[in-house]
Amino acid sequence: MYFKKSRDYFISKKVDGFFIDLNNALQFVLRFFKEVFKPPYEFKEIIRQCYQVGYKSLFLITLTGFITGLVFTKQSRPSLSEFGAASWLPSLVAIAIIRALAPLVTALIAAGKVGSNIGAELGSMKVTEQIDAMEVSAVNPFKFLVVSRVLATTLMVPMLMCYTGAVAMLGAFLNVHQNEMTSFVSFFQAAFDKISFLDIFASLIKSVVYGFTIGIVGCYKGFHASNGTEGVGKSANSSVVLSMFLIFVEEILIVQITNSFRT
Amino acid sequence: MEIENKNIDYNKLIISVRDLYKSFGENHVLQGINLDVFEKENVAVLGRSGTGKSVLIKIICGLLRPDSGTVNVLGKEVDKLNDKELRELRLQVGFSFQNSALYDSMSVRENLAFPLVRNARHLTKKEVTSQIESVLSDVGLSQTINQMPSELSGGQRKRIGIARTLILRPKIMLYDEPTSGLDPITSIEINNLINLVRQKFNTTSIIITHDLTCAKSTGDRVAMLFDGKFIKEGTFDEVFNTDDERIKNFYNYNFINQL
Repeated sequence: MYFKKSRDYFISKKVDGFFIDLNNALQFVLRFFKEVFKPPYEFKEIIRQCYQVGYKSLFLITLTGFITGLVFTKQSRPSLSEFGAASWLPSLVAIAIIRALAPLVTALIAAGKVGSNIGAELGSMKVTEQIDAMEVSAVNPFKFLVVSRVLATTLMVPMLMCYTGAVAMLGAFLNVHQNEMTSFVSFFQAAFDKISFLDIFASLIKSVVYGFTIGIVGCYKGFHASNGTEGVGKSANSSVVLSMFLIFVEEILIVQITNSFRT
Repeated sequence: MEIENKNIDYNKLIISVRDLYKSFGENHVLQGINLDVFEKENVAVLGRSGTGKSVLIKIICGLLRPDSGTVNVLGKEVDKLNDKELRELRLQVGFSFQNSALYDSMSVRENLAFPLVRNARHLTKKEVTSQIESVLSDVGLSQTINQMPSELSGGQRKRIGIARTLILRPKIMLYDEPTSGLDPITSIEINNLINLVRQKFNTTSIIITHDLTCAKSTGDRVAMLFDGKFIKEGTFDEVFNTDDERIKNFYNYNFINQL
């Protein structure tokens, strides 16, 4: 009689579990890069997911972006006015929005809305055996579910970031116009005076990385959901928490890298 | 319902399972399973919940890997196949899930088209529709073609689940608890459908169930699984005409439950 011996722990159950999870996550990411270039391509599903990620997030992104721009300008004015530097407001706001706020706010909103949605949807498909059903129908569920969603978030988060930036700048302009009667053209001339190509390029790169992170984390958590409906809730929740954590870590790393190019 | 036209070919082995072991942690689910299924034969695997019945068919179709032992399906050792070979084998093995596992976000038409268009990319839209309509008519649910899974009853969901596997014209059908959660009349309809599928599509089937009526009406042979081992195999009457207390208890429990 043969039974596979349950493996003893190397360090402790928790530490071993962490490294096993890390290994599984890396394998998952590697599998994505292996599958993404392999035909057949699920174009229809990718477009459907782009619509889900992009269009359906627009309202929340518009609201958050506009309020961010408006409130940031309003809160910055007293400090700048104290030093008689209120005229610097447009460039200060533009630098803050383009370099940090637009990518970060978009990513956090997308992590909350899209990441949780992906985690819950795939988690529910996993526990109701829909993913197994694809597998036994000789369809590659990874390609259909994971590749399409990760591509959609990677493509759409940078677009949403550009949109957030524009809406936030509009919010900032309205506040500046209300207080200083600055014209639209003068505001944007002053705003973009201090913005370099590197700022815009770095923000785009950041958004691509954030979008990929949101998609891959949501899919990984959903694909590995277990324990019925409780597992679905957990996978949605952990998708958001882990995505946000990784987004902040990536933010620090990318800022360090881009700052090294500035000096 | 008695099966009329069996045509079982006892010279042609379709599924062969040898010394199969599978554990989940300390839970030893399968403990040395041996099973042979011949062409066009329906084998019902009976047993209580948690005895490893579903694990057995999940190993047969390659969804789970065994700890040891061999599973040979249509002459191929499942555990040794690469991804491409496994996908080719799965085109010939249909799997009907306990909870139907219909894709919630897709209509019945899309559920049925999903495996078909991805495995037969040369088909035109018209051909796909015609095959969907044909298989829906086989399971008696043509009228549901544009409905969503949430609008279907439990029995209808099971039938659509079976239709989704039949659309690929498999040689083998694996049914996981086909009658669980259904009322007695719908259960009889599903049992009749399983027999009809064998007759019309010439399939070889394994039916996993804890329902005696289902095992009796669909299985040419019944294999009784207890604590990860087959304790008796034969026709329904051979298996239950016994002094084995475990089988007698199972029979009585089922009988009481049906009262």
